[in-house]
Amino acid sequence: MNDLRGIALFALAGLALPIFIDSGVWLNFIMMTLYAALLGQAWNILGGLAGQFSFGHALFFGFGAYAQAICQMQAGWNPWAALLVSIGLAAAVGAAVGAMTFRYGLKGSYFALVTLAFAEVCRILAVSFKFTGGGVGLMLPLKQSVANLQFPSKLGFIYVLLALVVIALLTTWWLKRSRLGAYMQAVRDNEEAARAVGVRPTQVKVWAIALSGAFMGAAGAIYVQIFQYIDPGIAFGPHVSVEALVTAIVGGMGSLWGPLLGALILHTLSDLTRNLFGALPGVNLVIYGAVLVLIVMFAPRGIAGIGASVRKVWRQGAKHD
Amino acid sequence: MTEVLLRAQNVSRAFGGLQAVDQVSMAIEPGTLSALIGPNGAGKTTLFALLSGFILPDAGQVHFLGQDITRWTPADRAEAGLARTFQIVQPFAGQTVRENIAVGAHLRRRARSQALAHAELVAQQVGLSDQLDKPAADLTVAGRKRLELARALATDPKLLLLDEVLAGLNPQEVAEVIPVVSSIAQSGVTVLMIEHVMQAVMNLAEHVWVLSQGRLIAQGTPGEVTSNTAVIEAYLGASAAKRLQAKVSGHG
Repeated sequence: MNDLRGIALFALAGLALPIFIDSGVWLNFIMMTLYAALLGQAWNILGGLAGQFSFGHALFFGFGAYAQAICQMQAGWNPWAALLVSIGLAAAVGAAVGAMTFRYGLKGSYFALVTLAFAEVCRILAVSFKFTGGGVGLMLPLKQSVANLQFPSKLGFIYVLLALVVIALLTTWWLKRSRLGAYMQAVRDNEEAARAVGVRPTQVKVWAIALSGAFMGAAGAIYVQIFQYIDPGIAFGPHVSVEALVTAIVGGMGSLWGPLLGALILHTLSDLTRNLFGALPGVNLVIYGAVLVLIVMFAPRGIAGIGASVRKVWRQGAKHD
Repeated sequence: MTEVLLRAQNVSRAFGGLQAVDQVSMAIEPGTLSALIGPNGAGKTTLFALLSGFILPDAGQVHFLGQDITRWTPADRAEAGLARTFQIVQPFAGQTVRENIAVGAHLRRRARSQALAHAELVAQQVGLSDQLDKPAADLTVAGRKRLELARALATDPKLLLLDEVLAGLNPQEVAEVIPVVSSIAQSGVTVLMIEHVMQAVMNLAEHVWVLSQGRLIAQGTPGEVTSNTAVIEAYLGASAAKRLQAKVSGHG
C-alpha cells in the first residue's frame, strides 16, 4: 500500500509541478526524463521482472512510432486512436517475437542477439519500403490541438507522458503482487524450478514481452507526436534500445521505482556534463560512460538497490538501539 | 489391479552410448511412502526426470492417475498433481522464503494473498516459519532443503518425488527432517524418495526400489531389499559380497 501511495503522490506532483515552471529548458528536461522513464519501465517488465535481456527493444518502439505516423498520414485516423493501434501492434509484435524465440528456448545472450537482429532487420526493411517513407522517413504535418495530440507547449506532452508513466508504474506494482508477476520472477530466478511447480515459462515470457512491447510502442508513438518525424534509424536503431536498458539497469532492474530513478539520474548527469564540458566535445560522453561503469560495478542492483540497502542498514541500526 | 497412482512401463533413456535408464517398470500405490535407492550413477535422478517430465523417454510409458503422461510437460504434470524437488537445490535466490513457497502455492491459488497465506502454512509444516522473510540465498543447506520441500508441497501434490532431501545434512538435521517427511506422508501425500541415507530409508519407507546401472534389480520391504544378494553385489561389488556372505555363513 505504501507503493500505491507513492504512485499517487508522484502523479500529483507530476501534475502540479510543471504549472509553476516557465522555463522551457526545465519543461524539456521533465518531458525527456518522463520519456526515458517510460522506455526504462517498458524494458524493466521483460528484463527486470522476467529476466529476459533484450538488446532490441527499439523493435517495439519502431512499430509503435511508424504505426502512429502511418495511421494518421495514410488512413487519416485521429492520433489518439492511432496511439491505441500503436500500443496494440507493438504488443502483438512482442507476443509474436516472444512466441518464436522463447518456444525454442532462446535465453540470455542468444535471446539478446536475436532481438537486436529483429530490430536491425526492421530498420533495413523500413528503409526499403515506400509506405514507411524509405530512408527519408515520415514527417507528420503540424496541426496543434489537443484532439490532434500535438501541443503548443511541452506541458501537454508532459501530462500525456506522465499518464503513461503512471500506468506503467501501476502495471509494475500490480505485477509485483500478482500470480503472473510471481511467475515472471520465478522464471527469471530459476526456470527449471519454476517448471517443477507448474509454471509454463514460454507462456509467462510471452506475456512479459507483450506487456513490455505495449509500453515501448506507446513511447514510440509519443515520440512521433513530440518530434513529428520518424526515420528508420531513430525508430529501429540501437540508440533507443540502449537507452531503455541502461535506464532500467542504472535505476535498478526489477524494482518499481528503478526506471524512474534511472531516468532522473541519467538525464541530470547528461545535462550537467553537457553544460560543464560543452566546450570540449566528447568529454561529456566520456564522463557519462565512466559513471555508468561505476554504477554497474559498485551497484549491480542499481540506484534503487542502493536505496534498499541503506534502508535495511537504517532499520537494523534502529533495531539495535 | 488396485488403483495405481503412478505407473512406469519399460521406461528407457540413453545418453549417447550410456543406457541411463533401462526398461524400468514400477507402480506406486496411493498413500505409500517408498524409496528409490541405488549406487551412484545408477540412474535414479534420470528416472525422476523421466517421471516428472524434465526428460522424455526413448521408449516406454508413464501413466499418472490412469492418464498417459509420457509426453506431458513438467508444468502439466505439476497441475495433475505430480511435484518434485531437486537434488541440487534450486531456490529463487532473489526472493524471500515466503515468496519462494508462494510460487508453488500459486498453482492452485490465483490470488496473491491466498498464495502467501498458504505459503505460511506450508512453512510451518516443514519448519521454516521463523525464516519466512529471509532471502532464500541466505538459508543454510538444511534450510534450502526444507525450502525445496516446501515449494513442491505448496502445489498440493498427490505424488511428491523427493530427490535426496537429506543429502548434505548433518545427523542432527537428518533427524529433524525425517519427521517432516513422514508427516507429509501421513497427511495423505504419496511420496517417492531417492535417498542415500539408509537410516531414513529403513525408518520411513514401506517399499524400496533398487536401481543399478539403469535397471531395477530388486524391490520389496527395506528388510527384504537389504538382504538381497543382487543388491549387496550392486553396492559392494561381486567379490566383496561373496566374501561377506562367506563370513556370515562361516560364523553361522
